[in-house]
Amino acid sequence: MRRVLVADRVATATLWAIALAALLLLAAMIVHLVWAAVGTLSASFVLGDPEFLGLGGVGPVLWNSFYMLFLTALITVPAGIAAGIYMAEYAAEGRLTSAIRFAQEAISSIPSIVVGLFGLVAFVNLTGWGFSALAGSLALSVFNLPLMARLTEQALRAVPADERYASLALGSTKWQMIRHVVVPLAIPGIVTGIILTAGRIFGEAAALLFTAGLTTPSNYHFENLNVLDPKSPWSPFRPATTLAVYIWKVQSEGLGSSVKQIADGASALLLLCVLGFNVGARMISRVLVYRITRA
Amino acid sequence: MSTSTLTAASRLLGRPRFLDRLDLPRRLVTAAAGSMVLIVTLMLGFVAWNGIQIFLTPGSNAGSVFSTAWQPLANPASFGLLPFVTGTLAVTMLAVAISTPLSVGLALFLAEVAPVWARAVVQPALEIFVGIPSVVYGWLGITILVPWLRENFSGVGFTVGFSWLAGSLVLTVMILPTITSIAYDAFRAVPGDLRAASLALGTTRWQTIRHVLLPASAAGVLTAVILGMTRAAGEALAVQMVIGNRPTMPTGLTQPLSTLTSQITLDMGNTVAGEPWNQALWTMSLVLLLIAVGFVLLVRWLNGRRQTF
Amino acid sequence: MTKSHSTLSALTLTAAASLLLAACSGGAGASGSASGSSSGSAAAGGVTCASGSITAVGSTALQPLIEQAAKQYQDACSGATVNVQGGGSGTGLSQVLSGGANIGNSDIFAEEKLKPADATQLVDHKVVKQGWVMVVNPSVTGVTNLTKDQATQIWTGKITNWKDVGGSDAPIVLVIRPESSGTRATFKKLILGGATEASGKALTEDSNGAVTKAVESTPGATSIIGFAYFQQNKQSLTGLQLDGVEATVKNMADGSYKLAAFGHMYTKGQPSGVAKAFLDYMLSDPIQKTLVPKLFYAPVQPGS
Repeated sequence: MRRVLVADRVATATLWAIALAALLLLAAMIVHLVWAAVGTLSASFVLGDPEFLGLGGVGPVLWNSFYMLFLTALITVPAGIAAGIYMAEYAAEGRLTSAIRFAQEAISSIPSIVVGLFGLVAFVNLTGWGFSALAGSLALSVFNLPLMARLTEQALRAVPADERYASLALGSTKWQMIRHVVVPLAIPGIVTGIILTAGRIFGEAAALLFTAGLTTPSNYHFENLNVLDPKSPWSPFRPATTLAVYIWKVQSEGLGSSVKQIADGASALLLLCVLGFNVGARMISRVLVYRITRA
Repeated sequence: MSTSTLTAASRLLGRPRFLDRLDLPRRLVTAAAGSMVLIVTLMLGFVAWNGIQIFLTPGSNAGSVFSTAWQPLANPASFGLLPFVTGTLAVTMLAVAISTPLSVGLALFLAEVAPVWARAVVQPALEIFVGIPSVVYGWLGITILVPWLRENFSGVGFTVGFSWLAGSLVLTVMILPTITSIAYDAFRAVPGDLRAASLALGTTRWQTIRHVLLPASAAGVLTAVILGMTRAAGEALAVQMVIGNRPTMPTGLTQPLSTLTSQITLDMGNTVAGEPWNQALWTMSLVLLLIAVGFVLLVRWLNGRRQTF
Repeated sequence: MTKSHSTLSALTLTAAASLLLAACSGGAGASGSASGSSSGSAAAGGVTCASGSITAVGSTALQPLIEQAAKQYQDACSGATVNVQGGGSGTGLSQVLSGGANIGNSDIFAEEKLKPADATQLVDHKVVKQGWVMVVNPSVTGVTNLTKDQATQIWTGKITNWKDVGGSDAPIVLVIRPESSGTRATFKKLILGGATEASGKALTEDSNGAVTKAVESTPGATSIIGFAYFQQNKQSLTGLQLDGVEATVKNMADGSYKLAAFGHMYTKGQPSGVAKAFLDYMLSDPIQKTLVPKLFYAPVQPGS
């Protein structure tokens, strides 16, 4: 009996140690990355233009990251929510459903480099758009759609059955029930999902190397709202290096004495953005849950 | 209410009946979900088509694909993919071997041991782990891990630091959150009654974990491990930065090697579409895709078993 | 009613968040347009402007030069857009051949990559001469010069210790480019005389940055990197002479330093419009006399 108790103690201590080690590792990585960038991360670095051979800034690539995030969300949020609604509310056991489930799982496990190559031929060459924000966003959408669908499905399934029965009992159609009862109740989960997937989009590089391109932009004129003008930062038909791709590029062919500083600064910035998304997702979901449950 | 009154009413309302019968929302959401099937089919078809080109091109020495010699510039050229397939498997397996005990331990901690406050700290931390971009992992690997291995372990063979182990260690950290979160779900899916019954028999928590929880969730844990493997096998940039990319069969933990993804990133931009070399890279992509699909099928098979259990 | 109200506020919240993000990045634009005008001054005078949009894709080694030239050209000619992409010489040649790009940037001659029938469709524009330096990790002492023959023996794996070429006793670690790389092809042709490298014993890294990182952090390591990358990493790398000739822009320009080759920009058929105007600009004084030396390239026409 005593040996059993000792084993239990040892196991418990080991599990605590693993958790502690994981936390320490994460903390060490974050501190290291931020520490290395302490001297670099200034307003002029975050918002400024890249400078030829100099330190410059990452403003335009940061803009591109947010812009592509927006474009991708424009495609995947409606489509992903719709697909999630299908999976949670309509999917019956059958060939179509099992094909869709298989597709969903398969896309999630396809290496991003393969998606990038697919994007190069399908979205860059076949469409004639060339390396462009749109081609990159479509490649990102390939990953994000199944993820979004799964998160939506989970959020919808978490809605209590009673709410559905109540709505149906009042004589509403299935779609009315989904639209006015189930989806609103699932909103916190869905919004959290959107923001968490944003982190993944933000950090993706391999799929964008061959689709959104490696141009380092500058001189963005935000007053140019013509989305068909390749010089407008609002145009989806222009090359758009994102922050993650920029880190890769600076490390490989960056010139000038500040290369390491730029890479350190951009890495820390990327990490802070992802942290921001996580914190943001939690806060927004808390606020939404509070509002909806109070209502 | 008779049917005729209903018909009259709907005739009065006119279009809604038609719209109802059309059930547009249902069609729309089905189309959205179905688009995923379309994407996968297109991607599979497209990569497969490009991947088999080398076998259809006369004089491309396609037979060499199954060899261990990667010599694209030799005469005759040889496009042996075995070094990369082996490299991918080697790096992946080692990463999974290191990461699994840690991740499963972490999942057990979260599911069984952690007090509420600890869970509230560890879970967000895991999400941040997931969110760290792979280029950042690569950057940390090349600036910290590789020099550390070389400076402290050159005696045991890490003369350059770029190595199989370096790649696996980077991947270990990258797949830790994947395995942990799925294993955690698996543990939570085990009914509380089972635990209660076991504990009521006077067992310790660890005995319950070992003899009740782990057997009951085995399929789920295995799923977690396979999905971790999938992520590891497909990772490109972070691995490429630390493994030294030597295009030969792996020779040891301390030595550089090359993987499918790393070779694709190295060569794809520098080869010309249509030449056998470029076709061989597509064949590598096809192999990667098949590995991923294989893993998915394995997971489905496991889950099918779990449901019957 | 309350339900739809909460949906609405949820949407408002998301919208507010995205506005916030937009506001942040909007700041980037403001400072961007303010500081952008300074780099345009170099492009004054003698620039033929054409309007339209072109894409130049290819060699990552040439990208910094062409990117900066494109920036200056666009500053001088507001109607023109020149997108410069990396991707590698092979991508450049494939893309220009397939019509996916107007200009394909390449480190090597198209004939060395493409089938003869394809290569003849392309027109070569040599825009610059680029050189590479053999570099070693500073832990290796006593070696300042390698002959072609010594370099060949090192890279083919016949010499494996620095002491055999007059240096300190340290094993040689080769850091090599992938076989598809233009830099490796050039080195193989000019220095190794076509001999096969001992790639089975080497580390492979694919860019100037990655090679530099590997050589400066690995004792005994050696590789070759572009002139400009050597200049910016002089503190952490030792540069070697080749056959007694120092790796300088001057020696490369007069032909005495041998590890050098042309940078090419290919067009499919004769160029026209913006492509032609931009290629002319690449050969004009602001580029050849100012930008090219600044990046440690040599002008393509020594006389001009």
